[in-house]
Amino acid sequence: MQRIINFILNYRNSFLYGFLALIALVLTIRSHSYHQSRFFNSSKWVTGKVYGNAADISGYFSLREENYRLVQENERLRKLLFNSPEKIQQTLDTTQLEYSVTNAKVIKNSFSSPRNYLTISKGSNSGIEQDMGVITTRGILGIVENTSSNFSTVQSVLNTKSNINAKIKNTDYFGSLVWDARDYRVVQLVDIPRLVPLVVGDTIVTGAMSSIFPENIPVGVIKKYDLNASKSFYNIDVELFNDMANVKNIYLIKNKNKKEIKELEELTVDE
Amino acid sequence: MNNVVFLNILRFVLLVLTQVLIFNTLNFLDSINPMVYVIFLYWFPIKGNRAVFLLTAFLLGLIIDIFSDTLALHTFATLTSAFIRPLIMRFCFGVNYEFQNFSFKNTTKVQRLTFLGLLILAHHLIFFFLEILSLSHILLILKKFVTTSLVTFFLCAMFSSLFSPKSE
Repeated sequence: MQRIINFILNYRNSFLYGFLALIALVLTIRSHSYHQSRFFNSSKWVTGKVYGNAADISGYFSLREENYRLVQENERLRKLLFNSPEKIQQTLDTTQLEYSVTNAKVIKNSFSSPRNYLTISKGSNSGIEQDMGVITTRGILGIVENTSSNFSTVQSVLNTKSNINAKIKNTDYFGSLVWDARDYRVVQLVDIPRLVPLVVGDTIVTGAMSSIFPENIPVGVIKKYDLNASKSFYNIDVELFNDMANVKNIYLIKNKNKKEIKELEELTVDE
Repeated sequence: MNNVVFLNILRFVLLVLTQVLIFNTLNFLDSINPMVYVIFLYWFPIKGNRAVFLLTAFLLGLIIDIFSDTLALHTFATLTSAFIRPLIMRFCFGVNYEFQNFSFKNTTKVQRLTFLGLLILAHHLIFFFLEILSLSHILLILKKFVTTSLVTFFLCAMFSSLFSPKSE
């Protein structure tokens, strides 16, 4: 017994190392395969405050460009509004609408690691929930993963765990949008069958199969495509519309029917 | 003694802030984010308690991980580099390092830079392998490893000569 205790005392630092390394490895492997940790993420108060203050300062330097971008979007939306065939009916009762939209600011962005997350400046106090869709003025950005009361983290489309339903515009051929961690400007669309006619430059938009995003949100254009190993599906490189290195203002989309859809899906799976 | 503790706490906080606010958002040439906080392991007193050193390294990595949403990659890499630091020191400074009166002052610049370089290499190698953890990306891993290590080494060498510790 004395010897065992002596042994442990002699190698106590190695034991300490082993113990701490085990904790770190378990956390790493969990985050590789499952969702982001609920306790250790940058939506927490301290990290959020630090990033928020830094973003308040650095945000001034891109105000002009950001303003221009928002005005451009307004211009496009005005054009749509004035040229729509019949006047869009003004519904005063917003509770009837299927989607609600909230805006927020990105306070931390990352795009160089294989699993990228963004931190945004609104949380559950502003009605942000897990699995809300996130877009910018140009296109799709990601999905809300964790929220605290004032901040949230967003799983970017540039995340090897991301998997979003997307389709080729004006068709019903849909596939999954994934990322291979190589280039932050390019994501991959997989599972498009071989018989689909493709052209470089075709637009990719979000599909109708998801309860997170509304249909037809722009994603990007086809950059190049080839058949996968089994020669029956295409692997398509999609160049994103969004400049992932430079996102400031974002919109969060909430599908009000989502709860109902989820419940229905669960019922169907059970049987 | 208190002075050393205070100095290290100050270093810890400043390095975390510099890392997460400046170097994590650098994205030099699209993908290079140097991890300069590794220099904490280089600066940490040699004669300090080993267990305290390991725990501090663990905490440092964990905090950086929480900030950058890369759960526990930095932690594991920093902890392991801290654990093998004595080995690297023995390699760089030879038997001298075992003596009581050893200090950085009576080592050559080359020795110190080798020590720093090896620390960074060990840390980055572990980090990038764990980060992607896939053999099909081996070229990407190596590219990131080599470029980031070079930039980190360059920055850390500058930091170490800029803020060289005088009282240790």
